[in-house]
Amino acid sequence: MVRDTARAFSEKTLFPNAARFEREEKIPREVLAELASLGLMSVNIPAQYEGAEAGAVAYALAMFEIARGCASTAVTMAVTNMVGEVIAKFGTEPQRERYVKGLATGELVAGAFALSEPEAGSDPGSMRTVAERKGDRWVITGAKQWITSADFAGVFVVWARTGGGGTAGISAFLVPAQTPGLIVSKHEDKMGLRASSTCALTFDACEVPEDALLGELNGGFKIAMMALDGGRIGIGAQATGIASAALDEGVAYARDRKQFGKSIGDFQAIQWMIADSRTELDAARLLVLRAASLKQAGALFSREAAMAKVFATEKAGIICDRMLQVHGGYGYTKDYAIERHVRDVRVSRIYEGTSEIQRTVIARNVLR
Amino acid sequence: MKILVPLKRTADPDNANKIKIAPGGAKVVTDGLEPKPNPFDEYAVESALRLTENGTNPKARLAGDSVVVATFGAKEASQTLRQALAMGADSGLLFEASDENLDGDLVARALAKVVEREKPDLVVMGKQAVDGDSNQVGQILAERLGWPSATFAMSIELSQDKKSVIVGREVDGGVIKLKLALPAVITVDLRIVAPKSITNHVTPQTHNYQEGARYAPLPMIMAAKKKPLAEAPFASLGVEGVKTSYVKFEAPPARKAGIKVKDVPELVQRLRAEAKAL
Repeated sequence: MVRDTARAFSEKTLFPNAARFEREEKIPREVLAELASLGLMSVNIPAQYEGAEAGAVAYALAMFEIARGCASTAVTMAVTNMVGEVIAKFGTEPQRERYVKGLATGELVAGAFALSEPEAGSDPGSMRTVAERKGDRWVITGAKQWITSADFAGVFVVWARTGGGGTAGISAFLVPAQTPGLIVSKHEDKMGLRASSTCALTFDACEVPEDALLGELNGGFKIAMMALDGGRIGIGAQATGIASAALDEGVAYARDRKQFGKSIGDFQAIQWMIADSRTELDAARLLVLRAASLKQAGALFSREAAMAKVFATEKAGIICDRMLQVHGGYGYTKDYAIERHVRDVRVSRIYEGTSEIQRTVIARNVLR
Repeated sequence: MKILVPLKRTADPDNANKIKIAPGGAKVVTDGLEPKPNPFDEYAVESALRLTENGTNPKARLAGDSVVVATFGAKEASQTLRQALAMGADSGLLFEASDENLDGDLVARALAKVVEREKPDLVVMGKQAVDGDSNQVGQILAERLGWPSATFAMSIELSQDKKSVIVGREVDGGVIKLKLALPAVITVDLRIVAPKSITNHVTPQTHNYQEGARYAPLPMIMAAKKKPLAEAPFASLGVEGVKTSYVKFEAPPARKAGIKVKDVPELVQRLRAEAKAL
């Protein structure tokens, strides 16, 4: 039923409008509000904080359907759910009441996750943003990069250095939008996911109260890694959803397009591309769902999430590319949605941990 | 006010092109088709919910109001009831039966028994099911109960004292408005889910519903798992005997290929001479 709701909303509201959202470079605020009212911004959040409490598997299924309709909406939803989950898990009661509820009800519109920096991407241990004590307050100074939804998010989880070097000296803070010194700067002009907003952030002596600290002092790295494990399930599901949309486009085109007097779908060359794509898509989906069901059962799922993410995103990239090939020259024009899918899916091998980092996580886990 | 909404589980009508007919025309084969609630019944659920809520807070029924959904069907039809519960209905009743052993008259007689037990103030149902297209259960039910009825409703206005409704009915060339004293039976048509088709004097006049039946929000889906859903055999209703049986099913004739014309003058000439459309 969760899937049915996500699918119905996606097919009616997202799919027919995704090209327009991209052109206008924004997801309408009403769409985000509806996502929240349907519980899609709080799929795995406890009901006591107005969440849907539907579990990690439902989250993956919902993400898959939303991404089929609009990949940009899907990434906005993914980050907001991740932020809500991380605050629900590590936050104090007042933090949960304010932020987790606010994200679930849509009052805070979206959540933002500020970990990466211009010089610290895959290596958060090299982060330079600092938070310094000033009486009973923290003063954050530095820069963050690739912040999804930064220009309309109601709350930011911000990682900053509070102790010594490396990963052991990092803490997480909750910073509401409009806090003086939190400056949303460059709006990135991206290749894909153009309806989602991605910005750089500058922290210019941004002051937050003591109770803005999320979790333990200098315990931020662990929080980030746990959030990203869950986030990887989301991005694996998102990529699978985009690939599924691409496959639908490719199959429809293969049926319609005639060459040499028959549908191109009658040619084995096309059939094999479709057969391989369908098989890989199902395998990707199953890996994502396995990681989600481990998470839901409370088991360790880091390795499985990394496996699902690297497999799903890489296969999704290949599937989108193949389906563009099925479209021939028309696939290279903006008249067909397939070119958008190819651009949208590309980043899934980069964000939420690159393919290379996923492999590192998997290998470390296997060789341990 | 208590509203009863009967539901039918049908094969996904959007998949109509894949419905097959068994050899000899004995029956329709729906294997492999995804079951869905009859769309008109979903509109009936939506109508019942709109009648019993403040549209600005669709998660809760108004004090003293409730919506009961009921179906006759296979065990799996409980899924259809759960879906209605996730949309906002309060409780569900499944009477286990096989579709092949039911006809419109028997369904109406059985519903009359459900009405006797549940004592609703209003029955709201789809005008017809998209599989059999019989369009008769609502009418027979009203007759059996001796209740007033209005079919093909496109609007419903509940009176402030909740003792009557004014129902807009779509007819050729316009709309007829009927006033019915409650209890009554209303069968709904597709325009009943337009943004302002239902008035209950609680939802603000300015409120615009989204067109169509509402989606089940995720928190309500989870909450629906805990709502009461009673199951009983169809026989427990104490009615039996099918009076109609299907003789034969035939597929519509395959569409013939169209013709291509070489230019507009030929198109105009053919439209005039052959199609007599001009």
